[in-house]
Amino acid sequence: MGLIWLIGKRLLYAVALITAVLVLNFSLLHLAPGDPADVIAGEMGGATAELLAEIRALYGLDKPFLVQLGLYLQRAYQGDLGMSFYYNLPVVDLILQRLPATMLLVFTALSFATVGGTVLGVLAARKPGGFTSSMVTLLSLVGYAAPIFWTGLMLIILFGVVIPIFPISGLYNVAKMATGLSRAVDIAHHLVLPSFTLGVVYLALYSRLTRASMLEVMQADYVRTARAKGARERTVYLRHALRNAILPVVTMAGLQFGSLISGAVLVETVFNWPGLGTLVFESVIARDYPTVLGVLFFSATLVIAANLVTDLVYRMIDPRIRLQD
Amino acid sequence: MAAVESVTRSQSARRPGADAWEIYRQSPTAMLGLVLVLLISVLAIIGPLVYPVDPFEIIWAPMSAPGTTERALLGTDYLGRDILAGLLVGAKATLIVGLTAAALTVIIGLVIGALAGFYLGMIDEILMRVTEFFQVLPPLLFAMVLVTMLSPSLWVVAVSIGVVSWPPTARLARAEFLRIRNLEYVTASRASGVRQGYIIWRVILPNALPPLIVSATLTIGTAILFEAGLSFLGLSDPNVMSWGLMIGSGREYMLDAWWIVTLPGVMIFFAVLGVSLVGDGLNDAFNPKLRRR
Repeated sequence: MGLIWLIGKRLLYAVALITAVLVLNFSLLHLAPGDPADVIAGEMGGATAELLAEIRALYGLDKPFLVQLGLYLQRAYQGDLGMSFYYNLPVVDLILQRLPATMLLVFTALSFATVGGTVLGVLAARKPGGFTSSMVTLLSLVGYAAPIFWTGLMLIILFGVVIPIFPISGLYNVAKMATGLSRAVDIAHHLVLPSFTLGVVYLALYSRLTRASMLEVMQADYVRTARAKGARERTVYLRHALRNAILPVVTMAGLQFGSLISGAVLVETVFNWPGLGTLVFESVIARDYPTVLGVLFFSATLVIAANLVTDLVYRMIDPRIRLQD
Repeated sequence: MAAVESVTRSQSARRPGADAWEIYRQSPTAMLGLVLVLLISVLAIIGPLVYPVDPFEIIWAPMSAPGTTERALLGTDYLGRDILAGLLVGAKATLIVGLTAAALTVIIGLVIGALAGFYLGMIDEILMRVTEFFQVLPPLLFAMVLVTMLSPSLWVVAVSIGVVSWPPTARLARAEFLRIRNLEYVTASRASGVRQGYIIWRVILPNALPPLIVSATLTIGTAILFEAGLSFLGLSDPNVMSWGLMIGSGREYMLDAWWIVTLPGVMIFFAVLGVSLVGDGLNDAFNPKLRRR
């Protein structure tokens, strides 16, 4: 009962947030330079004043702001975010075409960062001041300071020119026309550099976080108790300490989903990865506002969903939280 | 500031910053950060005066490698423009936008966090909902949207970066204000009947400053990265040379001329590294007990 009630409450809040994003989108669209009716007329090859008025009436552009906003929200909830001027397709269709590539990239990078970061952090915490520990510190500094798009370009020079072992552009090899398993292998091969570029920044951060919280948790009373009762060191580390030490990583990973998507925009642009990032880049250059705002809306929705999931994962790892709230 | 000085002076006769500087000075990485920051600032300020070459002017054969000609020590880009001149002039744009954006981030975040943490209740509820709303929007994407909708000028870029990056600062400021608002000296000032504005800005703020200064320093690094990202995407002013712009415009030629994209990236890297080392050093200096985490 308690958990379902809580999820319901969170879902309701998520819907409110999504609505707020839509209101922001509509206001920005309203403020954007240029009259949409002019743009549509331009597509048709010019129009008379009468035709312009007709277009305005058709799209409800002659109605007051709030009425237009209401119509916009109504259409958005029915899955209609308008038409792209540039691609001449519904924005939602465009985004759904590109979404899988972005999800593949983001989740591969996120898994690489959380798993790799946790492992590195645990290893580093075993010997503070040791080699792994110093490497974690160094990696976290380098990972933060190197601009992500530059890291990507450097990897392209390294693995595209110096040691050409990974493909440097696109999602798959168009010339190969591979199907089935060999296509999956091809995509995975193309995924290596972009997901490494995106993930390594967060890997650096999570390894430092894990190390810090492992060091703190290893001082805790229950760890001493576990040792005193004769548990093996491995068990103490992985069962008792890590379960608590991992909480900050989960929090961070959830909080940073938005910045992960921001990073994906740059990484996709660098590697010509056909996802939302390249879509938003192309539509920004073309001043295709409905598409740009559509991507903003979808990414915000992804962040909201990620926050919900983080909340649930957090509760699964830490049972104490269930008692509160 | 007067409040914090008088409080600290009564505890130790020394100047308040002296202990912190003593700790800061002993950390080699913190000093390295300071040296990097000073070096890059000097390059940005006097570099173009000592080396007055127009970074947009074509001075030599395109894509000459570094060290192959005396006309351009660090080589030329795909049009034959001087890379060294670009790095020196570009430092200014990158740093000015970075600093302005960071200042805006801190101001917005501080005001919202301070009001939420001090007044609590409805004000806190509303401000925190606004903060959560802003945190849902992926920062770079939101900045891209703002810059596209407005105009690609340095000011717009700086303001956009500020508008998208304040929420973490607001949360930090709120947490600090929440912690300090119930301490005894705040209760004492309330009892003495001073105005609320005075309590917020003159009593609580000076005591909340150390973590906020650390976060502001790190914000500069993030803002530089944002600026570089936006210029890389070609969304900043195309008539102002910056490191991100150099990388973005040289991208297509990088397989033939590695230095065009590599060198500006190295500059960004050292600028952000320097700032974040200073931030870490300040953090240790302000919280001696938390060192070696």
